[in-house]
Amino acid sequence: MKRLLAIVLVLVTILIGCSPKNQTVLNVYNWGDYIDEKVISDFEKKYNIKVNYETFTTNEDMYIKLKAGGSHYDVIIPSDYMIKRMIDEDLLAKLDFENIPNYKYIADQFKNLDFDPDNEYSVPYMWGTVGILYNTKMIQEKIDSWTALWDQKYSKQILMLDSQRDSIGITLKMLGYSLNSKDTNELEQAKKALIEQKPLVLAYVVDEGKDKMIAGEAALAVVWSGDAINCIRENPDLTYVIPKEGSNLWFDSMVIPKNARNKKEAELFINFMCETDIAYRNADYIGYASPHTEAVKKLPKEIANDHRAYPPMEELTNCEVFVDLGSVIKEFDRIWTEIKAQ
Amino acid sequence: MRKTWLAYPYTLWMLLFTVIPMGLLIYFSFTTNSGTNTALTWTHFQRFFEPIYLKVLLRSITLAAISTVICLLIGYPAAMILNGSSLKYKNTMITLLVLPMWMNFLLRTYAWLTLLERKGIINSLLVAIGLNRLDLLYNEFAVILGMVYNFIPFMILPIYSVLNKIDRSLIEAAEDLGANPVITFIKVIFPLSLPGVLSGITMVFMPAVTTFVISRLLGGGQITLIGDLIEQQFLLVGDWNFGSAISLVMIVIILITMGFTSKYEREQTGGGLW
Amino acid sequence: MVTRILKRCYIALLFIFLYAPIIVLAIFSFNSSRSRGTWDGFTLKWYYEMFQDRQIMAALYYSLIIGVTSALVATIIGTMAAFGIHNMKPFSKTTVMNITYLPVLNPDIVTGISFMLLFIFLKIRLGFLTLLLSHITFNIPYVILSVLPKIKQLDKSMYEAALDLGATPFYAFRKVILPEIMPGVITGLLLAFTLSFDDFVISFFNTGSGVSNLSILIYSMARRGINPKINALSTFMFISVLTLLIVVNILMSKQQKTKEEKI
Repeated sequence: MKRLLAIVLVLVTILIGCSPKNQTVLNVYNWGDYIDEKVISDFEKKYNIKVNYETFTTNEDMYIKLKAGGSHYDVIIPSDYMIKRMIDEDLLAKLDFENIPNYKYIADQFKNLDFDPDNEYSVPYMWGTVGILYNTKMIQEKIDSWTALWDQKYSKQILMLDSQRDSIGITLKMLGYSLNSKDTNELEQAKKALIEQKPLVLAYVVDEGKDKMIAGEAALAVVWSGDAINCIRENPDLTYVIPKEGSNLWFDSMVIPKNARNKKEAELFINFMCETDIAYRNADYIGYASPHTEAVKKLPKEIANDHRAYPPMEELTNCEVFVDLGSVIKEFDRIWTEIKAQ
Repeated sequence: MRKTWLAYPYTLWMLLFTVIPMGLLIYFSFTTNSGTNTALTWTHFQRFFEPIYLKVLLRSITLAAISTVICLLIGYPAAMILNGSSLKYKNTMITLLVLPMWMNFLLRTYAWLTLLERKGIINSLLVAIGLNRLDLLYNEFAVILGMVYNFIPFMILPIYSVLNKIDRSLIEAAEDLGANPVITFIKVIFPLSLPGVLSGITMVFMPAVTTFVISRLLGGGQITLIGDLIEQQFLLVGDWNFGSAISLVMIVIILITMGFTSKYEREQTGGGLW
Repeated sequence: MVTRILKRCYIALLFIFLYAPIIVLAIFSFNSSRSRGTWDGFTLKWYYEMFQDRQIMAALYYSLIIGVTSALVATIIGTMAAFGIHNMKPFSKTTVMNITYLPVLNPDIVTGISFMLLFIFLKIRLGFLTLLLSHITFNIPYVILSVLPKIKQLDKSMYEAALDLGATPFYAFRKVILPEIMPGVITGLLLAFTLSFDDFVISFFNTGSGVSNLSILIYSMARRGINPKINALSTFMFISVLTLLIVVNILMSKQQKTKEEKI
């Protein structure tokens, strides 16, 4: 017993102490399962830089860790509204695009987006839309409006997203308002609509909704476009539509925080991710839409031409990107709690 | 055994890691950060006592209490039976009991989704026998099931380890004096096992009240519990003050409950305080 | 006779209840489809990919190391503390016990963030050390809660008898007290390891420098959907521990046999 203890303690001390300290270390912070694994080792081999790859669950979790300052990340891949907040709070470093020549491959429509108007801080990584995924075998009609989710005849066949902004956002869209609305009147209407809808909802889900749709547990679900495509692949009875009232257009982009220790290497990494072959491999593995023009060309025709995965700009006229709500988020939270606590 | 010094390293550690963070919690719950001013205020607590939040609190405590009772009712007999089994299998059984807990919490809860769904495994079996489908998911039943599932080893283990060392001769003496098994249990075994029972209740009720993953996944997000609320405040809304206030209320409620139970224990066992 | 069968059935039902999700997990680790919603055929590819995945292997490594180390350290400190607390005067006893309860009472998120703030305040870089320290801290109360009931059951006179017979306090502790409280210590150890291995929230906020454990990895996949590689990993770990248990059991019963034969 004592001997075992001693051995364990020695092992632990050795393991803690051991770490090769001659390479540069790059700290990358990304969503879980959001990169082709081998891309990381390819980068390490090519540039002789060690990559510490960490993952986060939500933008908010990442934000807390970044703000608290206990860890230094070099590259982070957050979502649109969070990037806006980080820019406003002066948490990001301006990118030196001289070091990111591969930026030229990003489609023009994805440059100078709302949350980074002069495109100084971010390079898009993946993008998509939010829409309705529905089962054509279980639903006879063609769905094209958010109001379908409020239809009595689909009671207990509806899956909503357990996310304040997404659910309240699409309700606002359904009512004809902006999904970034800060108007109390509009928010009250959205709240009433969602409370009305609650008895019809089977569940408020996060990612488990996808498996449910594939299994045919429900007829309609609010999903992100990339997930929709993966679902359709598994169950061809499903199809995806962006409702006519408009929807949310989302982006996950690569940024460099101000307190990054290895800015040059970080820019090197971003540039590497924008190489055609790398972007293609990521898009292929993840299954979401890539903003990289050449990478899209390499994808199989059925995917690149699938307007559900890669909608043409005309379909996106009514779509908005989330902006940071500031203190109005507390109103959203209060509304959401009221809805959920019914 | 004047060995109180043994507790000193621990007390020091706890002072640093528990008391100071608690201090932060109390600080946050009583202040507001409007710009540069931090003013002392009761607003967060006042806000918490609005009906909508109280409803959530009540629901959380009720569900946690039900789960704890079920854990006790199922767990105590299990601990007794395991205690009575032959020596060589005991340790294996105990490890087998804990083994499922080493599979990630989220994964196990996802697996319950597959089991409880409309077209899930349990319902498919029922249909195969010719029975009707049951609504096993997205209701309070599912949440309680999830809680019991995740916390029952925490109830069984302490009770088991205490039962293990109850002096056989006491039980034999009771039997000699003419007591039947039921009376022996009520008057001898149960009171002696009380420290273990109380440990078990503590280790189940607390996390059950503050859990949030179970209610989200198995309750379909329909059932908001205190844990969800607190998590939302800290992560989504960034309102650490309100989140801290809620946590503080929770802690006070539970400490009061614990005060009652330890008083009860004192009366039962006589001598020795907590 | 009937009661024996009833008892066995009861335990069997309990174990079926406990293991049903594990079996489901295991079955889906062989599912060719990535989704839980459909079965596409049997495959071993997830196992193959899992072993090649650097992130998963690193996370497993850290989960195990942190789990074992924090459990051991917490058990030692916790057992010592349990003794100390048992001998305290009532007032200090209640105070310390209430402080002990605090990490158990606090929602994970509160504990996690408060630890993180503390580490940052003390200018300690978030990484392996902070992860370990936070795990040890939330483990200790559970160890105390497991060991304290056993200490209460102790018969003081046995210890004093050993001292009277000439044993040093440490020897008396090893040979008399330790065996008596061992079930509580083992329980505490198991609980501590389990809690540490499965923890997400506290770990997430108190780690950095590329140190990630399995829980963080798995929860981070929540947005995208859990990759079946994780199912494969869990099944693999489960089978490993099960095999270990069986081997230990066989070895121990062989030991028993040889002991009996010798007599």
